Amino acid sequence: MNFYNEMVDANGGVRTHYQGYDSWLKATPAERIARKRAEADLAFHRVGITFAVYGEEAGKERLIPFDIIPRIIPSAEWKALRSGLRQRVKALNMFLHDVYHDQEILKAGKIPAEQVINNAQFRPEMMGVDLPGNIYAHIAGVDIVRAGEGEFYVLEDNLRVPSGVSYMLEDRKMMMRLFPELFAKHKVAPVQHYPDMLLEKLRAVAPKGVSNPTVVVLTPGAYNSAYFEHTFLAQQMGVELVEGRDLFVKDEVVYMRTTQGPRRVDVIYRRIDDDFLDPLAFRPDSALGVPGILKAYQAGNVTLSNAIGTGVADDKSIYPYVPDMIRFYLGEEPTLNNVPTYMCRKPDDLKYVLDHLPELVVKEVHGAGGYGMLVGPASTKEQIEHFRQLLIAKPNGYIAQPTLALSNCPTFVEEGIAPRHLDLRPFVLSSGKCVDMVPGGLTRVALTKGSLVVNSSQGGGTKDTWVLEN
Amino acid sequence: MLSRTADHLFWMSRYIERAENLARLLDVTYQMSLVPQSLDAVNQSWHAIIALNSLEETYAAKYSEVSGENVLKFMVSDPDNFASIHSCLRMARENAHAVRGTLTTEMWETLNSTWLEAREKTFDQLFNAGISDYFEWVKMRSSLSRGTTLGTLLQDEAYHFIRLGTLLERADNTARILDVKYHVLRPQGDEGATDFYEWGALLRSVSAFEVYRKVYRDVITPERVAELLIFNKDMPRSLQFCLNSVIKNLELIANSHSGETQRQAGMLHSQLRYGRIEDVLEHGLHEWLSDFMDRIYMLGNGISKDFLVPMGEAA
Repeated sequence: MNFYNEMVDANGGVRTHYQGYDSWLKATPAERIARKRAEADLAFHRVGITFAVYGEEAGKERLIPFDIIPRIIPSAEWKALRSGLRQRVKALNMFLHDVYHDQEILKAGKIPAEQVINNAQFRPEMMGVDLPGNIYAHIAGVDIVRAGEGEFYVLEDNLRVPSGVSYMLEDRKMMMRLFPELFAKHKVAPVQHYPDMLLEKLRAVAPKGVSNPTVVVLTPGAYNSAYFEHTFLAQQMGVELVEGRDLFVKDEVVYMRTTQGPRRVDVIYRRIDDDFLDPLAFRPDSALGVPGILKAYQAGNVTLSNAIGTGVADDKSIYPYVPDMIRFYLGEEPTLNNVPTYMCRKPDDLKYVLDHLPELVVKEVHGAGGYGMLVGPASTKEQIEHFRQLLIAKPNGYIAQPTLALSNCPTFVEEGIAPRHLDLRPFVLSSGKCVDMVPGGLTRVALTKGSLVVNSSQGGGTKDTWVLEN
Repeated sequence: MLSRTADHLFWMSRYIERAENLARLLDVTYQMSLVPQSLDAVNQSWHAIIALNSLEETYAAKYSEVSGENVLKFMVSDPDNFASIHSCLRMARENAHAVRGTLTTEMWETLNSTWLEAREKTFDQLFNAGISDYFEWVKMRSSLSRGTTLGTLLQDEAYHFIRLGTLLERADNTARILDVKYHVLRPQGDEGATDFYEWGALLRSVSAFEVYRKVYRDVITPERVAELLIFNKDMPRSLQFCLNSVIKNLELIANSHSGETQRQAGMLHSQLRYGRIEDVLEHGLHEWLSDFMDRIYMLGNGISKDFLVPMGEAA
């Protein structure tokens, strides 16, 4: 398979937008680079930018490897991406409002109703609940990959609790600290105002009549894999970081327990999944949530960000319908491509998938984080047979897609600089008035040679993402 | 501020202060053990450290005899001993981790890198490199943590809870050291030389040796040592100094149901403000200090109940 290299074209020439970086890299002594890379490692440890890995010893923290070769996106490409993202996230929010109200799209037969109504992520509790600005996914992390020149695909829309934005910000801080001279030479669009933008969006969706809302970040606690990010965002926005036990509900109003007594909370940026949010409404064994918070939410006394029930729109079984949503709600043609997707619940699709397993990527419909997937071309016969059995046993639990020729980018690895595959996760913020994002996003890179799985839990690293201004 | 946040801040500062106090005490005890004296006397002062922290049982479960090296190992780097310096630095860091968003970057990085560095070293490495260097390092890290707090943190509620944790821990420590040492020293206060070194060591363990000279410009006597550590209003580790600050910080965080705790603190403070060493000695120093430590303990409980333990809907 031929892969698009972000830095070098097919004839071995350095692409225009990488020429400045390339000449800097060639002129910089290897010894200085090595020293700077060690410095970065040390700084990430000291600052404590770590994540916990599930299944490893409790409390153990690992660094996400950081690569000093940036992923550079030329201005024109970013503009195209940005307008595609706006369009997509707008349609997704309209879809969510629709399925929890009049369900026009189902009545019109654009999406099979049972795919939505019987979806485990569909929350009947949300039927008829009106939200400020009709926005459900205030924060969306849309995973995008490139296959060729100007050819971008959306892999998935993360609309529940997308994470990783702190790495985007810390990677930039680190690059500016290590190599200020690079920023003097390139016009790199800044990203550090993300927390401001987020706070502004969160305040904008406060319950009606609240003029100076109290915003908090709700975390599952210090042992969550993304805890660093929760503290980081709370600190950067200057709001309280709370755990479920810090909150309580009285008369359908949410309060936090403070040293000066109870204080009302208006907007909760929650980093806890729906299932754990309210033991009275969802999983009764959840110790992370707040009893009664659903009632307060339904009464319109508190805003949850993202809303309850957004999972029905980013589910892999709904994903194939997103282009139709865009056409249905906006009357526009989608700018960003969807990856062609085989829905194994359809007998024809299943047959095709079973016949072509070695070429396909198979994903669990409800899976995330790179767990529970099969990358056909990179798998052994045994692994493929194992998935064949899984598919036959539970076809509606899986989708399959052709293996994309993910683009790659030169990356520091043990044997020196070598190309590694990457993706991009821009963070798209919506408040009803507008859809915004800081230029770029988080670039994740698969550090294992040939690997197409970029998730940090699977050994992925990150790169600073530069959108160049003209 | 969230009650839970205040609780973590309070304990974060208690643990780093506790690590510092322990380093001070172990250091002077170690220095003293190098002065010619009977093995009995040496072991007695090592045993005092175990007694001071009420760790007799935990210690006995691990070691059959009291010796300098065993006690140092147990109190410096034993992860199973919850009162060791190692454990204190870990707890300080864990409490900080739970509220790192409330701390300034400098404060968090100080406590985090202190812990990362501490956990790298085995006891043998520390001992061979000179254990006093390690104690010096712990004291400096504690100073650095206090310094970043003072130099970077907004002086709002968070700051007051941090100060309260530091001051209560310190008051308890000064009282404890004085109690144990006075007990050990007083009856055998025979020869001038040993006495001088012993009392000098006690003063050094609370950084008060030079202070004593400055304040009294005279030979060291037990009564004056007790007076300095209890009643001096300007010495940062004296009981009165600690209580002066406790009162001030408590006033700044007062809420609708902390009245009783403030009254208790005020009573304790007035004893120190208007008390005299003669009366304390007549009453019995040990009794007086035991009573003081009980009341400091109650004060900590009061603060915990009024501010730190999550308050229910009724509050």
